[in-house]
Amino acid sequence: MKALSFGRSAAVAVIAAGALALSACGSDNATGTSPSAGGSAASSNLTGTLTGTGSSAQGAAIDAWKSGFTAANPKVNVQYSPDGSGAGRKAFLSGATQFAGSDAAMKPEEISQSKTLCGPDGAIDLPVYISPIAVTFKLSGVKELNLAPDTIAKMFRGQITTWNDPAIAADNPGVTLPATKITPVHRSDDSGTTQNFTDYLAKAAPSVWKDKGAQTWPSSLPGENAKGTSGVVKTVTATEGALAYADDSAVGGDLGVAKVKVGSSWVKLSADAAAKAVELSKPAAGRAANDLALDLNRTPTDPSAYPIVLVSYHVVCTTYKDQATADLVKGWEKYVLSDEGQKAAAGSAKSAPLSSSLAQKALAAVEAIKVKS
Amino acid sequence: MSSNSLTSAGASGRTGDKVFSGFALGAGALILLVLFSVATFLVVQAAPTFVANPSEVAGGEGFWKYILPLVLGTVIAAAIALLIATPVSVGVALFISHFAPRRLAQGFGYIIDLLAAIPSVVYGAWGVAFLAPAMAPGYQWLADNAGWFPLFAGPASATGKTILTAGIVLAVMVIPIVTSLSREIFLQTPKLHEEAALALGATRWEMIRMAVFPFGRPGVVSAIMLGLGRALGETMAVALVLSSGPLIASLIRSGNQTIAAEIALNFPEATGLSLSTLIAAGLVLFVITLAVNMLARWIVGRHKEFSGAN
Repeated sequence: MKALSFGRSAAVAVIAAGALALSACGSDNATGTSPSAGGSAASSNLTGTLTGTGSSAQGAAIDAWKSGFTAANPKVNVQYSPDGSGAGRKAFLSGATQFAGSDAAMKPEEISQSKTLCGPDGAIDLPVYISPIAVTFKLSGVKELNLAPDTIAKMFRGQITTWNDPAIAADNPGVTLPATKITPVHRSDDSGTTQNFTDYLAKAAPSVWKDKGAQTWPSSLPGENAKGTSGVVKTVTATEGALAYADDSAVGGDLGVAKVKVGSSWVKLSADAAAKAVELSKPAAGRAANDLALDLNRTPTDPSAYPIVLVSYHVVCTTYKDQATADLVKGWEKYVLSDEGQKAAAGSAKSAPLSSSLAQKALAAVEAIKVKS
Repeated sequence: MSSNSLTSAGASGRTGDKVFSGFALGAGALILLVLFSVATFLVVQAAPTFVANPSEVAGGEGFWKYILPLVLGTVIAAAIALLIATPVSVGVALFISHFAPRRLAQGFGYIIDLLAAIPSVVYGAWGVAFLAPAMAPGYQWLADNAGWFPLFAGPASATGKTILTAGIVLAVMVIPIVTSLSREIFLQTPKLHEEAALALGATRWEMIRMAVFPFGRPGVVSAIMLGLGRALGETMAVALVLSSGPLIASLIRSGNQTIAAEIALNFPEATGLSLSTLIAAGLVLFVITLAVNMLARWIVGRHKEFSGAN
């Protein structure tokens, strides 16, 4: 009996090892197609511990990257603690971590501060994670609505209070809208999602939304709130007539998702449309050559771009003090930016993969990371 | 002491005494040390808030303007919780100690103790997923029919995530604590007092009023204060249930916020001055809790002489 059970577990182990070997082959093949993961075959001799802190929005993606990266580099240990973007950048600048995850690019004073740690070129922002933000609602019988930026802003500001308001009806011919009260729901905790959504409203509906984009929802506005993306989605699901913004990955069930007006057409949320909007964005002004911080284009006119997106960055040094750390960071970021890494994140965190042109630029920036001489 | 023949059991006994008294002293000193360290940490970390330019502190009008609504929100939530929990808990405790058949009482006691062991996040999830939607129609009714009363002024929250719902969830969390302690205290009422009351012709309710309550009062007050401590400091359940906002009198609109929930919601993304502000808010909560405990001590001390236990 004992021998039998041992035999069985040994068989399982063999199969598992086989599967591992197969998947390893798979990733090796993938390296042939994209120059990004080209390092992963050579980087299997990487050792050490890579530590990062920061954005909680990246949490699920980091978990996927971690398992993919450590499968290819078994001697590497990646630690990431989702303490929040601000805390992540602070820990990084103090030298406690090797990279930071951040929902916002570094501030100018942080860049100048980073020069003491990262050499004369300072630290750089690498876009690694794109998450489309859905404008979602619970209205029985209605799964899709066309909403213009001004209309969205007015609904969230309490200037449009019922779903059958003429402003909504005009954009949705043929949809029967009930007279239900609109209950806007926002995040009660500070969040990058709120920052990007309010930034979108401020830029796309400037005549209505006078507040600037911020992590905290303007407290003077009416409406209800809930903790975290899951709390918002739960509250919206339970409340007829509720309206909210939330990371697309969490929106499901019988919630409706708005098509947003871009230029003169209505754009449905999709990973490709989100990646497209990021691609159409200009690099932020006044940055170092390899710093890929983006000035997100919230008002594109291309009908294939969905402008309500969150872009999350990895902040890394341009110069690390020793070879081992530099190799480790390079290997990690190459994996994160590779097709494989972006697919892993899309699979587990439902993010939108980076467009290949942006990924190429980011990879070139990673390639330029060097060791202090 | 050494001359006492009772302690002359040998050197080993004396060593045991020394070890035990040293241990007890150490434990006592440790708790003071921990409390002192926490207080020092809070004061040091909070200090930048008090000297900062008022326009830079959250809300833009200085720390006291920021913290006052939170203090009141905390007090409102805790008050609702205690108003609901106290009569229910004392009733349940009396039922277990004096009314229920012995075997039922035992099972009942276990269940109550079990309630105290449920993590607060579970209560929060229950509040947000079940209680709040269930309360929403009730709030609508209150707004329609009792809207003239400031506490029930409309428009009612459509999600039901109000300070009243948060207070009810807190009450459910506080009930097991107050019940468990009260039950133990009621059980300790001297049998002679109870029998004397009954022998004088008192009904069971009169006996409880004359013998059990006077004896148990200080204990029940302590139990309520322990419950209040939990209600004041509860973080997760309130953070999940309450749809926070500025201070308002109406209990059925979304609004109000408690200190603990405010800290929990904003801590993860806080840096620099906003972090100091949150820690200062924690300091205020610390002071409130300390004040409540001292008040409870004072009440217990004042009532001791009339308890009937002596």
